[in-house]
Amino acid sequence: MAVENTILICAGGACISAGEESVKSVLEEELRKYAIDDVVKVVETGCMGSCNLGPIMVIYPEGVFYQKLKPQDAKEIVEEHLLKGRPVQRLLYKGPTGEIKPKAKEELPFFTRQVKVATRNLGVIDPINIEEYIANDGYFALEKVLQMTPEDLIEEIKTSGLRGRGGAGFPTGLKWEFTRKSKSDEKYVICNADEGDPGAFMDRSVLEGDPHTVLEGMEIAGYAIGAHHGYIYVRAEYPLAIERLEIAISQAHEYGFLGEHIFGTDFSFDVELRIGAGAFVCGEETALIQSVEGKRGQPVQKPPFPAQKGVWSKPTVINNVETLANIPVIINKGAEWFASMGTEKSKGTKVFALAGKINNAGLVEVPMGTTLRELIFDIGGGIPNGKKFKAVQTGGPSGGCIPAEYLDTPVDYDSLMKLGTIMGSGGMVVMDEDTCMVDVARFFLQFTTDESCGKCTPCREGTKKMLGILNKIVEGKGEMKDIDRLENLAKTIKDTALCGLGQTAPNPVLSTLRYFRDEYEAHIKEKRCPAKSCKSLIAYKVDPNKCVGCTACARACPVGAISGEIKKVHKVDQDACIKCGSCYEVCRFDAIEKIDAVDLVTSS
Amino acid sequence: MPVIPETDSRFKELDEYIDSVKEKKGMLIGVLHRAQEIFGYLPKEVQSHVAKRLNVPESTVYGVVTFYSFFSMNPRGKYQIKVCMGTACYVKGGNKILERLREELNVEGSEPTEDGLFSIHEVRCLGACSMAPVVLVGERDFHGRVTPDKIPHILDSYRQKEVKGNEDQKS
Repeated sequence: MAVENTILICAGGACISAGEESVKSVLEEELRKYAIDDVVKVVETGCMGSCNLGPIMVIYPEGVFYQKLKPQDAKEIVEEHLLKGRPVQRLLYKGPTGEIKPKAKEELPFFTRQVKVATRNLGVIDPINIEEYIANDGYFALEKVLQMTPEDLIEEIKTSGLRGRGGAGFPTGLKWEFTRKSKSDEKYVICNADEGDPGAFMDRSVLEGDPHTVLEGMEIAGYAIGAHHGYIYVRAEYPLAIERLEIAISQAHEYGFLGEHIFGTDFSFDVELRIGAGAFVCGEETALIQSVEGKRGQPVQKPPFPAQKGVWSKPTVINNVETLANIPVIINKGAEWFASMGTEKSKGTKVFALAGKINNAGLVEVPMGTTLRELIFDIGGGIPNGKKFKAVQTGGPSGGCIPAEYLDTPVDYDSLMKLGTIMGSGGMVVMDEDTCMVDVARFFLQFTTDESCGKCTPCREGTKKMLGILNKIVEGKGEMKDIDRLENLAKTIKDTALCGLGQTAPNPVLSTLRYFRDEYEAHIKEKRCPAKSCKSLIAYKVDPNKCVGCTACARACPVGAISGEIKKVHKVDQDACIKCGSCYEVCRFDAIEKIDAVDLVTSS
Repeated sequence: MPVIPETDSRFKELDEYIDSVKEKKGMLIGVLHRAQEIFGYLPKEVQSHVAKRLNVPESTVYGVVTFYSFFSMNPRGKYQIKVCMGTACYVKGGNKILERLREELNVEGSEPTEDGLFSIHEVRCLGACSMAPVVLVGERDFHGRVTPDKIPHILDSYRQKEVKGNEDQKS
């Protein structure tokens, strides 16, 4: 029987964690119950991007978009939509003003403003079915390049202007050319899938949603440099990505896209998975090579660069997941097409992971040069709960925070660098007025001290010293001299650390000092945290005019620090209070106030 | 902690894996992953065994085990609770989740609870930032948009599962 409806269910990380699997199983059960399981095809796809709406399902041919599904909703969708042709109104997307958008994927700016290149297949194909990848031009580019000379292929990638999407933005074509020119009997391609920047999940989504594109990109890189073997180094934190890569590799073998004599040519290529073991520094290429070899992931001095001496001391190209996902499209559509998008020095598109205090948290791909304002407000839907935008953090622990006055900056590698941050892998964590910028800097320094491999002194000791000073400041024990100390340490670490992790570790401190120095000064001089977030500097207090004596706060307090009779005004015992904020969260009458601790004496 | 005797059948299982990857270069990390899957952790005797079988110095094995945060030399809880400490989770209160968990379970580090049921692990970004703050129990049980109040319920759901499992076994 012919298929009448196709249902795409997003099986990206966020939707799975929101309960996608049970929605799907109820859906399939209902389809069987009404005996329409042979005319309705259910496909689990990769991440559709609108992660805050999950679990999501789109029903074709109409393209009706259902969101935030519960398992029991699947039954209603089958009975109403599929059997009676009446879309279930309450499960459709509703905009902020209540207007219904039944075909959200074609109507919302979140979707329509995107240009998908690296993520073209995400949310469209079934990642564990190689035929769906082939149907969307999969492995066409590989076939095409095998008829080109490696030199022409490298020229094409150079013309496209593609730069590495993993962080530093090195031109991909140039990297390939260097490795091609290194003389050796053996060469290697490594896919860096050790996506470690907190707040970045684009590589995970590509690996889970379109694993074949990574394999195809690696093979093309292999052909360009003259390699026959590739490694994918993937984080152990991504078990689903590992599972889908394993499936993709075995399918590619079965179809003859991996192995000996690919497409009947002399080109052979094989791919092996290497699983990380939880060390952030392994995203740094020389450390990654050590880890691929099964050793401690400690960086080594460059030069020699991996292009000369990489894994097993052989010339090696290391490309990030998103970089590789762009390659097949550049080959299919041409370098000029790719270079027509973006800015002068940053071509093509970039995938961003929007997270933090933003309405439409999720994954988006836009042309380079899109402004932060478009990304955060037009596409990202702005800040939740009517709060004020304070900063956006890019580039993870190597990057920095950008304040509101630069929201109209077009985003590319160079403009972000000028603002004192970096593109990094594309994670964007949005912060609102409740986020303390000193505490954010402290958070990142905590991260780098934990993840410092300990090999070089500036990084091992220097970041620890900086963290110590930041701890002092957030506890209200800082002095003005500490700011100079931070700046001095930052400069020394940047100049002398061995690898990228250490050299960029001071960036979060430097950028917050540059744009939010007043917050540092408030902590030091006035002992106030302007965001009312640093525990040592705040206190919780009951507003006697608002408290109705409902006892909710007293019950929520884990240490029994709140006392008061029912229907009478309650009181917080400041000595017992551990400032966990539980009372603040449970009070429905806005009667718990967060105040500066220094004001306690005067206000009580 | 009792030493695992060499006669333990799990060593045989590990050896089978080692034999299957013998042809490949640089498999130490892969072998340790498998060993930890089999034993739950990597005590000294397991490390010695791996060193002997792969013909590398014990110090090399120890060096790798202690370098990577995924490897543990101590037993862990049956349900490993991984609290995401990524930026997005942190900004949305991940540290409060961690504090509440520590309070509820009365543990300070990553050691298992007295009943052996739980252990808490601070982990790097789990890549589920849109659901922040996130707690992952085991490999696949994601809990998104967690608030401190939800912690006791989450813990109870596993305790109940355990009770039910025990009853099923008896009956």
